[in-house]
Amino acid sequence: MQKYSIFSLVKNALTGHQNWDLAWKDPNPKEEYDVVIIGGGGHGLATAYYLAKEHQITKVAIIEKGWIGGGNVGRNTTIIRSNYMHDENGLFSEFGMDLWRKMSQDLNYNVMFSPRGIINLAHSDAQMNAYARRGNSMRLNGIDAVLLNREEVKEIIPMADFSDNVRFPIFGGLMQPSAGTARHDAVAWGYARQADSMGVDIIQNCEVTGFDVSAGKIKGIRTSRGNIKAKKVGLCVAGSTNILAEKLNMTLPIETHLLQACVSEPVKPVLDKVVTFGAGHFYISQSDKGEMVMGGDLDGYNSYAQRGNLPTLQHVLTEGIAMMPFLSKLKMLRTWGGIMDMSMDGSPIIDKTHIEGLYLNCGWCYGGFKATPASGWTFAHTIAQDRVHELNAGYSLNRFSTGHLIDEKGLGTKTWIS
Amino acid sequence: MLHIKCPHCGMRSQNEFSYGGDATVKRPELNKEVTDQEWDNFVYNRVSPRGKHLELWQHLSGCRQWIKVERDTASHEIFKTYKANEEIA
Repeated sequence: MQKYSIFSLVKNALTGHQNWDLAWKDPNPKEEYDVVIIGGGGHGLATAYYLAKEHQITKVAIIEKGWIGGGNVGRNTTIIRSNYMHDENGLFSEFGMDLWRKMSQDLNYNVMFSPRGIINLAHSDAQMNAYARRGNSMRLNGIDAVLLNREEVKEIIPMADFSDNVRFPIFGGLMQPSAGTARHDAVAWGYARQADSMGVDIIQNCEVTGFDVSAGKIKGIRTSRGNIKAKKVGLCVAGSTNILAEKLNMTLPIETHLLQACVSEPVKPVLDKVVTFGAGHFYISQSDKGEMVMGGDLDGYNSYAQRGNLPTLQHVLTEGIAMMPFLSKLKMLRTWGGIMDMSMDGSPIIDKTHIEGLYLNCGWCYGGFKATPASGWTFAHTIAQDRVHELNAGYSLNRFSTGHLIDEKGLGTKTWIS
Repeated sequence: MLHIKCPHCGMRSQNEFSYGGDATVKRPELNKEVTDQEWDNFVYNRVSPRGKHLELWQHLSGCRQWIKVERDTASHEIFKTYKANEEIA
């Protein structure tokens, strides 16, 4: 594989950029693989990469119905954080933060990781107390957390509404300075390029139509491009999890919902942090191009539409304007939607299933993008070793029936509870 | 925006309604032994189909009645609405 560097850039500039290698190949499916990963999104590509890199399993195929990186990894708001209270989420996400910090070097691909910090705003004394508790829990798990009072928040984000007559005055906030954003497409492409170079077949435009299971053991998959035998199969299909589960006669604690995001027209640098509104569900950051990137609540009803509805967008942006009134002057550039695999407690599932050789990675709710490296790493471990790693032991499928839910303000599918 | 025909009030905008989830889920019978699996299915497990979906909505800013709506989860087309206690063939 051609290494990307200043020298390869200069060399190719001199030859008119005509001689760059393809970043990944376009192979036909082989008859058999050791591992087949279904879903060529961030998590699937990362899983294939870590299978090859950490476990030396390279007879691997990624099967993608559309094109790689065309789902949620291309539709998110690029926020990366580990500001969770509970051990399961905190330790898992903080492990991921380490992978994020090394990712550009590791993949030889600039993912533009920008640890600019995230601030969760608090709008009452009770919320400040809750944030103090969460911040302490984070620090016990080795995650950086700083509790800010009103004046300190004002210093950092003076454009927020600090006037006296607001409905939800800002009392302070909880900041994780090491959180940030990254270039989402680059993450998918970087993982794809490295996985391909280690021998993984990336097979696009190939829809999975069924599974071959006999005597409780996975034998292979059926696709629009023929049958493929596989010793192990991993599902990494986010919002399409329920569709494939139905083909396996499985009913999962997952519902598919629609989440929208939007960007404004680009403006000069104004916001150098990720900020979330504490009295509702709204988050904002500014992209390198200057656009304000915003998102919030689910549309609220089951949907596979990948496009949103205006009432939710209006509701979310009303919160945004309450928090930062200058947003009302901006023009909207784009809105889009992605379909989320909403688990019932708001935390993901990375686990084995009752079918031998079939592994499940789903339930990412609002937080799939930031989990990409940690999810790929732990899923690769779970598949390669046929047992969960301690980092994803809490993300078991049976925690719902045994009552070991992860109570992380996890609203799951029921947004109306908040 | 969705337009939902409330069986009590007529066609209204989505803004007046709140969503209540899958309407085909049935609570296990009270007076019989219920297995953990049955509770699990009732509380957590959902089919979440792509296509026709029978779901509960409440006409919260209207008559406040719960209703059933048959809707397509991919196209958002609404086929039919029912009163909550209406039997569906």
